[in-house]
Amino acid sequence: MSEDRVKQLEEKVAELEVEVNKPILILDHVTMQFGGLIAVNDFHNRVIKGELLGLIGPNGAGKTTVFNVITGIYYPTKGRIIFDDIDITPFRPYQITHLGIARTFQNIRLFYDLTVLDNVLVAQHHELSNPDADRILIRNGKPPKNTKRFWFWRAVTKLGYISKEREMVERAKDLIERVGLSHVMYEKASSLPYGEQRKLEIARALATKPKLLLLDEPAAGMNPKESEDLMEFIRRVRDDFNVTILLIEHDMKVVMGVCERIIVMDYGKIIAEGTPEEIQNNPRVIEAYLGKEWENV
Amino acid sequence: MNQGVFFLQNLFNALMLGGLYALIAVGYTMVYGILRLINFAHGDIMMMGVYFAFYTAVIFSAPPLVAAIVAVAGAAGLGFLIDRIAYKPLRNAPRISALITAIGMSFFLESFAVVVFGAVPKPFIQIFKDKTILNKVVMLGGARIPLLTFLVILLTLVIFAVLFLIVYKTKIGMAMRAISMDIPTTALMGINVDGVIGFTFALGSALAAASGIMWAMRYPNVYPYMGFMPGMKAFIAAVVGGIGSIPGAVVGGLLLGFIEIFMVSYFPTMSGYRDAFAFIILILILMFKPSGILGKKSVEKV
Amino acid sequence: MVEKRLSTKTQVILTLIFILVMALLLWWADKGFDSYKQRVLRLIGIYAIMAVSLNLINGITGIFSLGHAGFILIGAYTAAILTLTPAEKEMSYLFGIQPWIKNLHADFFTATLAGGAVAAFSAFLIGWPVLRLSGDYLAIASLGFAEIVRIWANNALTVTNGPLGLKAIPEYSTTWWIYGWLLFTVVFIASLVYSSYGRALKAIREDRIAAEAMGINVFKHQLMSFVVGAFFAGVSGSLYAHWLTTIDPRITTMGPMLTFYILIMIVLGGLGSITGSLIGAAVFAILFEWLRDLEQPFSFFGIQVPGIPGMRILVISALFIAVMIFWQRGIMGREELTWNNLYKWLSGRKKEGERS
Repeated sequence: MSEDRVKQLEEKVAELEVEVNKPILILDHVTMQFGGLIAVNDFHNRVIKGELLGLIGPNGAGKTTVFNVITGIYYPTKGRIIFDDIDITPFRPYQITHLGIARTFQNIRLFYDLTVLDNVLVAQHHELSNPDADRILIRNGKPPKNTKRFWFWRAVTKLGYISKEREMVERAKDLIERVGLSHVMYEKASSLPYGEQRKLEIARALATKPKLLLLDEPAAGMNPKESEDLMEFIRRVRDDFNVTILLIEHDMKVVMGVCERIIVMDYGKIIAEGTPEEIQNNPRVIEAYLGKEWENV
Repeated sequence: MNQGVFFLQNLFNALMLGGLYALIAVGYTMVYGILRLINFAHGDIMMMGVYFAFYTAVIFSAPPLVAAIVAVAGAAGLGFLIDRIAYKPLRNAPRISALITAIGMSFFLESFAVVVFGAVPKPFIQIFKDKTILNKVVMLGGARIPLLTFLVILLTLVIFAVLFLIVYKTKIGMAMRAISMDIPTTALMGINVDGVIGFTFALGSALAAASGIMWAMRYPNVYPYMGFMPGMKAFIAAVVGGIGSIPGAVVGGLLLGFIEIFMVSYFPTMSGYRDAFAFIILILILMFKPSGILGKKSVEKV
Repeated sequence: MVEKRLSTKTQVILTLIFILVMALLLWWADKGFDSYKQRVLRLIGIYAIMAVSLNLINGITGIFSLGHAGFILIGAYTAAILTLTPAEKEMSYLFGIQPWIKNLHADFFTATLAGGAVAAFSAFLIGWPVLRLSGDYLAIASLGFAEIVRIWANNALTVTNGPLGLKAIPEYSTTWWIYGWLLFTVVFIASLVYSSYGRALKAIREDRIAAEAMGINVFKHQLMSFVVGAFFAGVSGSLYAHWLTTIDPRITTMGPMLTFYILIMIVLGGLGSITGSLIGAAVFAILFEWLRDLEQPFSFFGIQVPGIPGMRILVISALFIAVMIFWQRGIMGREELTWNNLYKWLSGRKKEGERS
């Protein structure tokens, strides 16, 4: 083979590798400081498209803060966040959700007085009502979520709206069924048992049609059987819905069983990164957890 | 009248008005600091205190000092009672409910006064048998300042001194401050939370009544709605100074008093808008520094 | 569990029949009632618009606004200035009148529309600073806004005629105009609430942060709710002005007291329920009128009791406090009196009957 040909093939392979291992989210030297407290210290890493990535660390390590910075609740003191080739650092949370990042919360934040169906339906509303976020998409060469205008007036007069509503309800019901909550579709979220509430929160996040899903301690408060079901559930979600998942979790069984790659934080910094096996045997990780709480190892 | 004299007269008026607002504002801020509740009825408790003083003096021919003491004690009791009956049952309800109830309580007190005391304004000076004290004037650098103004300023300072003693030097004051930071933990420390909360209401109401009596000496018309505007302005003062902070309430009260007096004196054509100034200041402060002058920012944990 | 539901077509037909029946009842009442009862009937309609519009802001979106009286006042003055002829205004404005105010004139419908529009616009302006605040501060700031408007109306002599207010406003508010506007209000707001936007507003009420996380631009939607509510408040103001035939910026008529009344209506009816607000408005209006008797001298077991003015508000406030302490959810709670709910309730009852 000629040298040129080899070079050509190498470039092709590199291209394909990038495609396969393309980062969907890049945290570029992100620091988050609150007054004197540095909650996140030079966090520099990426999330690969399609992977199941875990973010672990002792309490107070800064994990949820990372989530809050990604989703736009906090503006980073230093650094940038790049999602799907767009710099999303300056954007507000609702815009970032529209762009394709969804999240759940450490303490479940459902719309308790609304039904299961309504909770999931609400998550689709952003498609209609965010022209500014659509403009961001267009500016970055991506298709907008919505092309029709005047949705407010359509909604009130019901002209040119009924089909859209029907479509949203279909999608919501389908999602609820796939998640296994059809039997409580018309119940208020407040009446659901804890495990189902967690599922609903994830379903609601999925209804926003995200490319990246951030789960904040989904296994909190679950017994071993429930966390096993959850592990299976998370795997299915990643496969069936074609999303990348970034997961904060304290339950080590869940983390080790579900995540393909793990990042470990302590005092705001990344102290280790690797596969579950590598992390389990990493002395720095063990040291960080020893002397602090260590659950379910 | 030359500029200096004009300024001096306004200065003392502002100090007096500011002090009166501050006294009422402190009551608001203490309750808000503990319960996160805007006690809309606070200004009306002040009004009730004034009526207590009036009737004690007029009906029972009590000397003014006794009437004042009865009024302050009565208002304290009223404040305590209102907390027990109307606010305590809603301790664990959503905050909106407690707020709405406070509004209802405000209207209740006002209409109670209309029904029981009558809507016709009563002259407060009736409580003074010897009216000469009201006319005494002090000359200060050419300015004629009513003795009353001085007395009010002095009394206000004394009252604040006592208040600071209570809040920072006594056990119950410490309990109040603890509750404003963390109710469940304070309860776990063995402190009777409901009792301390009741005491806080009583204390704030007493201050409001004291302020009301002095207010009525200066603006001698007593009528059922007299507490509404001063109450609103005092609340705004508390917000401006930093709600939940007692020094903040003092700063806010003085600031509002100064702005009101000086605006009206130097821009007499705007005097009809006298009451609107406070609301405009409120909206401005909420837009630019919602935590107030001396307040701290509270961040909601996500 | 499959939910028992009526088909949409059935619901629409039932609703149309209901409206028809209501229209017939109104026609009958319009002909048959004495003038006093007619006045109360019209007041109920006006209160209902005020209640439903405030309920959208407070009950459905969860914005604790105490500024509704301000929007009502704006609507009332705007409409009255438009329906009074230049000649009438020239006569009644004691302190002179701005020429452009004098020359404005329009028919009742346009005037009412304008009242709503000006109120909506002021809500848009005031929303920017006020809606960014949290619950308690928002309440005071909105109350402050309403007070600023009222104090301005009291002082802007050549625009509003100051404390004297506007008198001899033509009594254009007939039963049909009022209930026509009420129908429009309810249809508009109900349609909004039963749509994706309505769900978004409720989500904002439940949890602002979670709503934002689900892609909802919370501020924009709050502003939307605020402006729509203010529009209908302005409309109600116009209808009120042309029912009462005089308006002035006193605390008791167009100030916090009015807001308090509307608050009572929506709390009594059930905060967050449209049908609840309608029921609450009717109950309040009737109760308030009935209590008027307390303010006249009456005999109680043979004893002559003198009439006490102000007794009405005392009783109402006491009742209100009692409702808040013991029966917070009000008559409807957050549920609506829909055909579905009625059907479920009735068929549930039947089942029990069959079992026993």
